[in-house]
Amino acid sequence: MPTSSAELSRQGTWRSFPFWGTGFVAALCWVAFALYSTEAPNATRDWPYTQELANLSLGFAALLAVIALLPGRFARKLRPAGKWLVVLPILLGLWQLATAKQALLPVPFFAPPQALLEVYAEDWARLAESLLHSLWLLLNGVLLGAVFGFVAGISIGWSQRIGYWVHPVLRILGPVPSTALLPICFFIFPSSWGASVFLIALATWFPVTVLTWSGVASVDRAYYDVARTLGASQRFLIFRVAIPAALPHVFVGLFMGLGASFSVLVVAEMMGVKAGLGWYLQWAQGWAAYANMYAALLVMALLCSGLITLLFLVRDRVLSWQQGAVKW
Amino acid sequence: MVSAAAVANRAPSNGLGLEVKNLSHAFELGGTSLPVLNRIDLTLQPGESVALLGPSGCGKSTLLRLVAGLETPLTGEILADGQPIRAPDPSRILVFQDPTLYPWRTVRDNVALGLQARGLLGSQRERIDEALAKVGLTDFRDAYPRQLSGGMAQRAALARALVNEPRLLLLDEPLGKLDSLTRIAMQSELIRLWQQQRYTSLLVTHDVEEALLLCDRVLVFGNRPARILAALEVGRDYPRHRNDPHLVELRQRALELLGLGSSW
Ligand SMILES: Nc1ncnc2c1ncn2[C@@H]1O[C@H](COP(=O)(O)OP(=O)(O)OP(=O)(O)O)[C@@H](O)[C@H]1O
Ligand SMILES: [Mg+2]
Repeated sequence: MPTSSAELSRQGTWRSFPFWGTGFVAALCWVAFALYSTEAPNATRDWPYTQELANLSLGFAALLAVIALLPGRFARKLRPAGKWLVVLPILLGLWQLATAKQALLPVPFFAPPQALLEVYAEDWARLAESLLHSLWLLLNGVLLGAVFGFVAGISIGWSQRIGYWVHPVLRILGPVPSTALLPICFFIFPSSWGASVFLIALATWFPVTVLTWSGVASVDRAYYDVARTLGASQRFLIFRVAIPAALPHVFVGLFMGLGASFSVLVVAEMMGVKAGLGWYLQWAQGWAAYANMYAALLVMALLCSGLITLLFLVRDRVLSWQQGAVKW
Repeated sequence: MVSAAAVANRAPSNGLGLEVKNLSHAFELGGTSLPVLNRIDLTLQPGESVALLGPSGCGKSTLLRLVAGLETPLTGEILADGQPIRAPDPSRILVFQDPTLYPWRTVRDNVALGLQARGLLGSQRERIDEALAKVGLTDFRDAYPRQLSGGMAQRAALARALVNEPRLLLLDEPLGKLDSLTRIAMQSELIRLWQQQRYTSLLVTHDVEEALLLCDRVLVFGNRPARILAALEVGRDYPRHRNDPHLVELRQRALELLGLGSSW
């Protein structure tokens, strides 16, 4: 049919010029946000770093405009995020409006976006140090808890004799919120850092143990039968059958353990450890430096989300044989 | 009709001789004892191929599990080459009713399971590819079990067994899940593999025709607790033909023994 072929060729030319409309709109929104930040009058006082904030968003807008006009691999990757890139400057604009421009929110408690930028520019060293401290503490605790949880879970799932001894401990100690043990631990342990590692490890240990255990317990008996008829040893049954079959559960346990470890981390840092993001939050609140608090919270959100993302990446690699696993 | 002689006349077999003596077994089910096998006696010559035919739930799979050494019989004895069976051994391999492939391993790694378990993977790796070729899965060696059709999974399970060069192959409805065309092809394949590797074969099947086409002898089981109702000697050379009047007659007899005589 002639009409359809004409339509096809029109679509063809349309495709050959892959102008990214949404990207262009996003660029305009970022320009609008920059102009609103610098040009609209402030309600109470002028904020430093307003110009820098505007410059940043103008730079980002320019980048987006270039990407929108030039076809390429990068543009294709960014495309799914298009709608968010439009909404983000609008939300930032509303934030600007509610704080610096109209002071709709009580001023000392709610800082405008440029105040956060100021914190990152002026106090980045202390923030970075806090971040590293938190990360190091978390790493120690989570790794310790995960390793012990994994081993404990496999042992309970496999050996009734070990289960006899570990199971009651698990039932009594496991469900106790680790933060409740904080005061005792600070007392018992020689250093508050050691106490915090222990508590983070404990918080991670519990879900990892329970889920590894349930993973091992729910392995299809037929898998063992198959291996046994083929001449498998006990060792083989544990390492080549039970553990791989239980791994999907183990990752759920790691996910839950990581989540639990975050809250223990923050509380431990607020209460005893004199470093880290939790400590920074406490310190900022003590000085009524609310912008610093928001800045630290944002870093913390990125840290936690980043770690979970990492875990899911590892899981997707290890469990690539699984189909339709939840995407993070 | 001289099956024992026919078996003796074949090329020498490295198959296992199997003797089941007065075997009874029962399961614990809801507090009561459920008798499953009732005084079974049976003997397989090395290299012989025997089919077990019987109603669903009568205890055929249980008998195979006992012979494989996965379970210990309540009473009676099972002897492999005169030695009592106490534990599983790779010389006696069971192909389960479900393929039970490991979902986290590729087809190739599933087939490699037995060699890996016995530490032979380094020296005998090429046997894996041979086994995959035998069942026609060479192109799917890197696929995961979820990517296979039911019939392909069943063939992968067969390759996983064959790669170990068993002396006794226990087959639990290995073709039960296949469509009728693949089934016919796989039946000739099973005959070929058996003739080639000269193992002793014990096949459980629901399909009377299949039993008659594949095996030297067909044992018909009764309802649970299973007893052997009759042993039918086939006594025909391979390849056999479905319409062979002798086989048709034997089929009629088997169906009568199973209580289905009038339905044909
Ligand atoms: N582990 C078990 N515990 C309790 N009862 C069992 C167990 N395994 C099998 N049975 C029972 O033993 C009987 C025989 O089971 P089996 O699997 O041997 O039957 P089958 O002859 O292979 O049947 P089908 O042809 O349907 O596969 C069934 O009634 C079943 O309920
Ligand atoms: Mg069965």
